[in-house]
Amino acid sequence: MTATGTRTGRRMLGVHAAAVYGFFYAPILLLVVFSFSGDRLVGQWGGFTLDWYREFLDNEQLTAFHDGAIWTSLKVAAVSTVVSVVLGTLAALSLERFRFRGQRVFDALLYLPIIIPDVTMGIMMLIFFSEAITFADTYLGFEFAKGLQTIIISHIAFNISFVSVVVRARLAGMDDRLEEAAMDLYATRWQTFTHVTFPQILPGILGGALLALTLSLDDVVVTQFSAGPGATTLPVFVFSLIRKGVTPMINAVSVVMLVASLVLIAMMLLADGLRAEADETA
Amino acid sequence: MTAIDIPEADRVTLEFEALAQRQARRRGFLLALPAWIYLIVFFAVPFGIVVVYSFATRTSRGGVALSDWNLASYERLGEELVRNVLIRSLGLALLTTVICLVVAYPFAYFMTTLSARVRNLMLVFVMIPFWTNFLVRNYAWRLILAEDGPWNTTAEAFGIDTVIDWIIDLPGWIAPDFLVGWLVDVPEPLFTKLAVILGLVYSFLPFMILPLYASIERIDGALLEASRDLYANARQSFVRVLLPLSMPGVVAGSILVFVPSLGAYVTPDILGGGKEVLLGSYIVTQFGTARNFPFGASLSVVLMVVMLTATIGYFRSGGRNL
Amino acid sequence: MTAAVELTGITKRFGDVVAVDAVDLVIDDGQFFAMLGPSGCGKTTTLRMIAGLDFPTEGSLKIFGDEVGTLPPNKRPVNTVFQSYALFPHMNVLDNVAFGLRMQGVNKGDARAKAAQAIDLVRLAGMETRKPSQMSGGQQQRVALARALVNEPKVLLLDEPLGALDLKLRQEMQGELKRLQQELGVSFVFVTHDQEEALTMSDRIAVMDQGRILQVGSPEEIYEHPANRFVADFIGQTNLLEGTVEDSSTVCLANGARVQASSDRPVGTAVAVSLRPERAHIAATEAVEDRPSVEGVVDRVTYLGNARVYTVRLDWMEVEVREENRPGAALHEPGAPVSIWWDPGAVWVVGDE
Repeated sequence: MTATGTRTGRRMLGVHAAAVYGFFYAPILLLVVFSFSGDRLVGQWGGFTLDWYREFLDNEQLTAFHDGAIWTSLKVAAVSTVVSVVLGTLAALSLERFRFRGQRVFDALLYLPIIIPDVTMGIMMLIFFSEAITFADTYLGFEFAKGLQTIIISHIAFNISFVSVVVRARLAGMDDRLEEAAMDLYATRWQTFTHVTFPQILPGILGGALLALTLSLDDVVVTQFSAGPGATTLPVFVFSLIRKGVTPMINAVSVVMLVASLVLIAMMLLADGLRAEADETA
Repeated sequence: MTAIDIPEADRVTLEFEALAQRQARRRGFLLALPAWIYLIVFFAVPFGIVVVYSFATRTSRGGVALSDWNLASYERLGEELVRNVLIRSLGLALLTTVICLVVAYPFAYFMTTLSARVRNLMLVFVMIPFWTNFLVRNYAWRLILAEDGPWNTTAEAFGIDTVIDWIIDLPGWIAPDFLVGWLVDVPEPLFTKLAVILGLVYSFLPFMILPLYASIERIDGALLEASRDLYANARQSFVRVLLPLSMPGVVAGSILVFVPSLGAYVTPDILGGGKEVLLGSYIVTQFGTARNFPFGASLSVVLMVVMLTATIGYFRSGGRNL
Repeated sequence: MTAAVELTGITKRFGDVVAVDAVDLVIDDGQFFAMLGPSGCGKTTTLRMIAGLDFPTEGSLKIFGDEVGTLPPNKRPVNTVFQSYALFPHMNVLDNVAFGLRMQGVNKGDARAKAAQAIDLVRLAGMETRKPSQMSGGQQQRVALARALVNEPKVLLLDEPLGALDLKLRQEMQGELKRLQQELGVSFVFVTHDQEEALTMSDRIAVMDQGRILQVGSPEEIYEHPANRFVADFIGQTNLLEGTVEDSSTVCLANGARVQASSDRPVGTAVAVSLRPERAHIAATEAVEDRPSVEGVVDRVTYLGNARVYTVRLDWMEVEVREENRPGAALHEPGAPVSIWWDPGAVWVVGDE
C-alpha cells in the first residue's frame, strides 16, 4: 500500500492514531503514577510514597519464599513452559515434516485449546480434577488434592498448542531444502536435526517459550479452577483482592506485574531480532 | 526427510516404497505421540466430561447424578432469564466488535501509508499492550473509573453533566432512549455496561488492528490509484476497492474480538462489578453458588459451539495466523 | 567401462500421479549430461531419485555398478547443487563448504583446509568468513558448487543451477561449470528447462516429457535429428509441415504438394516435415527453380537487427522464415506473394512417437 488521499484526510488519520495510542497507554501510565500516591483511595493523588510497595513486600501471602503467590506463579510458569516447549516442538515437527495417520484430528485437537474460551477451559479442568480425584481414590487407592501440580497440568494443556503454532510457523517458513542438503552432505537424520533444523527453528522455539511464559504468568481463569486451597498464583491472588475491594497495594502489585510483562516483551523483541537476522538469507 | 534405514536390495520394489512410507509415518506419529497423549488425557477427556455432564441430572444436594440422561439443561436455555443473559452477552460482544472495527480500521489503514520503519515501530507499540498482563490492564481501568478518580474528576471539570442533561432534554427522535440509557452512565461509568464495553474494547483492540493491518498491507496500492484514475472519488474507491479487498482482515479481526468478548469473565467482573450478568460469569455461578453443574456444562457447550462455528468461519475466510 | 549412473525401469508415483514412467538411462563417466524438458516432465524427480532425496517406486538405480536405490542420500557417493542453493544461513562460507567432510568424520582442521582449497577452486578465496546472506547470487552459486565438490562426489548433480541468475552471470557461470567439469573429470548431471543452456553446455542431453525420456543424444543429434514432433518443437524453433509418407523419399503435405524428404516410416503414416526457420529461404514466387518449395503470402516481418523473420501465410498454416540481415538481401513487404524454398537435405521428418 502506498499513500493516497488528501492532506487534511491524512492529518485526521494521524490524530486518530495518536488518540488510539493515548487510549492504549494512558491507563498504564496512570496506574504507575498512582502506585506512588499517598492517598488511601486508589484513584487520587496524595503525594509521593513508596508505602504500597513496602506493604506488598511485607505481604507473606504474596512474597513468602516457596509458597507465596509470586513463587507459585514462577514455578508454574517455569515448569509448564519447559514441558510445553518440548511437547509443542515435537508436535510441530511431526505436523510440518511428516504425514501420519490421524494427523488431521491431531491438528484440530491442537488448535482447540487456543480457541476455547478460558471460562470453558476452567470449567473443564474443574470437573475433570474433581472426577479424577474421586476416581483415584475409589479405584486406584491413592489420594491427591488440587494444588501446584494441577495448575501446572492445566497450563501445559493450553501452552502446548501455542508453542506448536509458533514453532510450526517457523518450520513452515524454513526452506526444507536445507535439510535435504544436509542429508545429501552425509549428515544422518540426527545430525541434520542438530546441525541444521534446530539452529534454524531456535528463534521460533524461543518465541514459543516466551509466549508460554507470558500466558502462564497471565492466566487467571483456568488457574482459579485448577487451584486448590494450598496454592494460588499471583494473578489469581490479585484478582481475589480486587474482588474484595481495591487498595493502593494492588496498584503496586500491578506495577510489578507490568514490569514483568515488559521484561518478557523486551525478550520477545530480542528473539524477533534474532529471527530477522536468521531470515536475512531468505 | 524421506530417507530410511533399511537393508540394501538390488532393486527397488513396491514393497520397499511401502515400507519406507510406513517408517516415515511411524516416525511422525511417534514425534506427535507425547503431545497426543497429553492433550487426550488433559484436554479431550475433560472436554468430553463436560459434554457428558450437560446431559446429566442435578441431585437435590447440588451434586451430579450420572444417570437419567436428559436434555433438561438445554431446555432451560429457552427460559426468559437465561435467554436474557445470552442476548445481553451477544449484544455486548457484538457492540464491542463494531466499536473495535470502527476504531481500528482508520488506524490500520494509516499505518500502511507510512514508511516501513515507522510502521514496524507502530506495530511494536500495538503489540506491547497486547502482551501486557491482561488482569493489570483491566485493573488500570478500575483505577481510572473509580469514584473521584481521574475519569470522574475530568468529566466534572469539563461539565459533562450539564451537556448530558441538555442532551437528555432533547426530543426523542434526536436522543433515543437507548442512547440516553448509555449517556447517563458517562460521568460515573464504573460497574455499568459502559465500563464493561470500555474494558473489552481496551483488551481486544489489538486483535482487530493486527489482522486488519495485515490484510490492508497486502493490497497493491496501485489498485487504489487505478480506481481514482477510473473516476472514483475517495468514498467510492474506499467502498468499491479498499473495503472489499480487506474483507478477510475484517472477518478475521471481528471473530478474534467477538469470540473472547462473548466468553469474557474477568473484565465484566472487575469493571461491571458483576451487576451485568453475562454468559461467562453466569456459567461460573452454576459451578459456585448455584451448584447446578449440568446446566453450567450445557452453557459451556453452547459457548464452545459458538466459538467453533466462528473459528471455522475464520479459517474459511482464509485466516491463518494469530 | 561401467556407467556412472544407470537407471533401469525407474518409476516414481506420487499417489495416482506418475511422475517418472519406467525410465531407462545410462550416463557415462566424465560427461556433462543434461536432463531437459518442460516443467513437470519428471526431470527434477529423476535427479532427486539419483541423489536419494526421493525413493523410486520401482526399478533399479546403479551408481558405478552399485545398486543404491534403497540408500538414504547420506550413503550415496553423489552430491547435489540445489536450486536456489540451500546454503545453511547460520554458517559462514567455510563451515558451509566443510559441512559434508565434517559429517563424514573428517577432523575440523583437515576439513577446513580442504574446504579452503575448494573455495579457491571456485575463485572465492578471501570470502571464507562471510555469511551466505552477504553474498551475491553468483557467489552463492559458487559456494554451493564448492560445498558439493569438496566431497569429491563420483557424480555431481545440479538442479536448475543457473535458474536464479541474470543473463550475464548465467553465461559466465556456464563457462565456469564447463571448466570445472573438464578439470575434475567427473560427470555433471544437470537439470534444466532452458534448451539453449542444454545445447551449449552438454556432451549429451536427455529430453524428457510427461515422465518419459523421448531422446538421448549429443546436442547435434538432438537438434538435427529430433526423434519426434515434441523434440523437434521443444529444441530450437521449427515449422512443422503436416503431411503423410508417400514413399521412402517423398512426403505429401496437407495441401497436396509433394516434397522430397526421406524417412523409413511406412507409407501413409501421418508425419510432419520439420523445417527450421534459418534453413528456409524466401524468394519472389517466380524466382524459385527446381527446389522443394511452398507458396504463400507475407503476413508480417519482424526486424531483429541481425536478421528478419518473415511470417508467411500458407493456405493451411503459417511458416516462419529467418533471413540473415545482409546488405543487398531482397526485402519482401507484407502482402507480397512469395515462395519458401529449402535444400532437400535441410528438412527432417518427425512422427508422433
